[in-house]
Amino acid sequence: MNIKVLHSGLLTTVQDIGRYGSQKYGVIVSGAMDSYSLRLANILVGNKENEAALEITLYGTTLQFEEDTLIAITGGDFLTTIDGIIAPLWRPVLIKKNSILKFNSAIKGSRAYVAFAGGIDTPKIMGSKSTYLRANIGGFEGRALQKGDSLNIGEKSKISEALLKQLDDKNVSWSINFNDLLNFQQDLIIRVLKGTEFDRFDKESQQTFFQEPYTLTVQSDRMGYRIEGPSISLSEKFELLSEGVTFGTIQIPPNGQPIILMADRQTTGGYPKFGQVITADLPSLAQLQPRATIRFKEVTLLEAETVLVQNEQFINNLKTAIHYKLFH
Amino acid sequence: MGLLYFPVRHILTCNLFLENYNYYYNSFLGTEVPHFETRGAVFVPNQQIKATMKPLGDSALIVQLGEGMDPAIHEKVKNLSELLTNNPFEGFIELVPAYNNITVYYNPYTVHMSQMGTSTAFLKVCTHMNHLVEQIKINKNESPRLVSIPVCYGGEFGPDLENVAQYNKMTPEEVIRIHSESECLVYMLGFAPGFPFMGGMDTRIATPRKETPRLTIPPGSVGIAGKQTGIYPLETPGGWQIIGRTPLDLFLPQMSPPTLLQSGDIIKFTPISPSKYLEYKEMKQ
Repeated sequence: MNIKVLHSGLLTTVQDIGRYGSQKYGVIVSGAMDSYSLRLANILVGNKENEAALEITLYGTTLQFEEDTLIAITGGDFLTTIDGIIAPLWRPVLIKKNSILKFNSAIKGSRAYVAFAGGIDTPKIMGSKSTYLRANIGGFEGRALQKGDSLNIGEKSKISEALLKQLDDKNVSWSINFNDLLNFQQDLIIRVLKGTEFDRFDKESQQTFFQEPYTLTVQSDRMGYRIEGPSISLSEKFELLSEGVTFGTIQIPPNGQPIILMADRQTTGGYPKFGQVITADLPSLAQLQPRATIRFKEVTLLEAETVLVQNEQFINNLKTAIHYKLFH
Repeated sequence: MGLLYFPVRHILTCNLFLENYNYYYNSFLGTEVPHFETRGAVFVPNQQIKATMKPLGDSALIVQLGEGMDPAIHEKVKNLSELLTNNPFEGFIELVPAYNNITVYYNPYTVHMSQMGTSTAFLKVCTHMNHLVEQIKINKNESPRLVSIPVCYGGEFGPDLENVAQYNKMTPEEVIRIHSESECLVYMLGFAPGFPFMGGMDTRIATPRKETPRLTIPPGSVGIAGKQTGIYPLETPGGWQIIGRTPLDLFLPQMSPPTLLQSGDIIKFTPISPSKYLEYKEMKQ
């Protein structure tokens, strides 16, 4: 079963939850920028949460379906249409044969995800289907989608089949309430833990970072978010050897303008680490558009873990709820 | 705070889940949490090998085994990496060894749900790592892997060889001799897949980075930056002084492990002629 790409869009890539286990070889993790939206899209079509889907950035991508297909669209709102009619988001949707799915410009958020029941059938490289653009591996031929590409869909799960059966008669009467997981505001409070070198920065920087707003610059991509605002400076210069970094690490290069490491970050870094965005807030951060405002709020590790556990439990319950709706 | 938007008749289902949800949340808050705070969260194991642990956010932590670039400290890094690989905890994702520490990546939710103790995920992982640090054995007398890297120095493959020679007031031949006589330890891989961060290059050929980085450096390029030497596995921009090129592939995405070099290897560069370089290249095809 194939899906034809009629229009590529700005940057549309195949992403799953990420390529873990090879960071010690310098192989980056990649994966969805907004992992909550990816996981929910998969859950909605009966896939495994970590299955690959398409990540669509800011605008574009038009797809045509060769067969009836069960899909779910999550993440940002791109005024997506199916044969010219606005498509419902955050719920399973049956696309009829030959229909055209068109993503327009993002009016909310910056990344949309579309999952297909059965997932995207592409080989796993080092355990993942995610696209690693720089090394040209994974995803669809190691690159972003182009006009004329054709995606293969994998085998459907039992849950997918059950969903399809339900949808044959009518559209589902429910959708996901994602508000507890994601925040699409473009003036956003992001919760931050102190970084490993926090104490090496001067008192003024330590304070202003949490008081003044920062702006997301247009030089931001899947690798890192460059933010603009009050300059952050060290009490005194020191040499730091390269060491492991992670999603959400806030590095301060010599120019004092923070960089937040995102999905395509390098595995190691040598810039001092001022802070660390809590894992639960990374998906909302990933949905910011260029020039959005970010305000940072300091939290404790216990708070960060608590929110994370809360969110995971929410997702688990959601899975149970969908299962319940289908089989009872 | 419902999970799904249901029409009115489904509200009961909704509340059912909400109850479970709150129950769970409270039970988490109710667990006994030893006092710690983010900045002061340093866990010091009580034995001869000094190790401190600090959180790298809520899903990773760094186990620090010493300071600076030192083969003896790196021996501990290697040892602890092996111990963790062979004795992973529930929720462990992966580890990244560096010069004097290892970063441990974990899924805090899985760790939280696991049977290890009743504290926070961070402290649970600290406890596990503490046990492993206690088992570190130094002087294991295991000989490291020796890897010979053929390099065609100078010419179009090494456009900065002359610069390096001039900067250090010697001839290009001397640079080649000194570079290929050094035995380098691969401390870690990072920056790009298979890119070795090495120590041990003879400092007589140390040269600062180029003032203006090149936009593209061909894969296999061997460079010098300060006291470091390295090899570019992929075409990337970069500011290192390029003195030669190896015909070997450093990144092997279809292989396991996917890189030619690994942390702990000892590297020796072997000068080869341009014709030998081409032979290697043809052999690969």
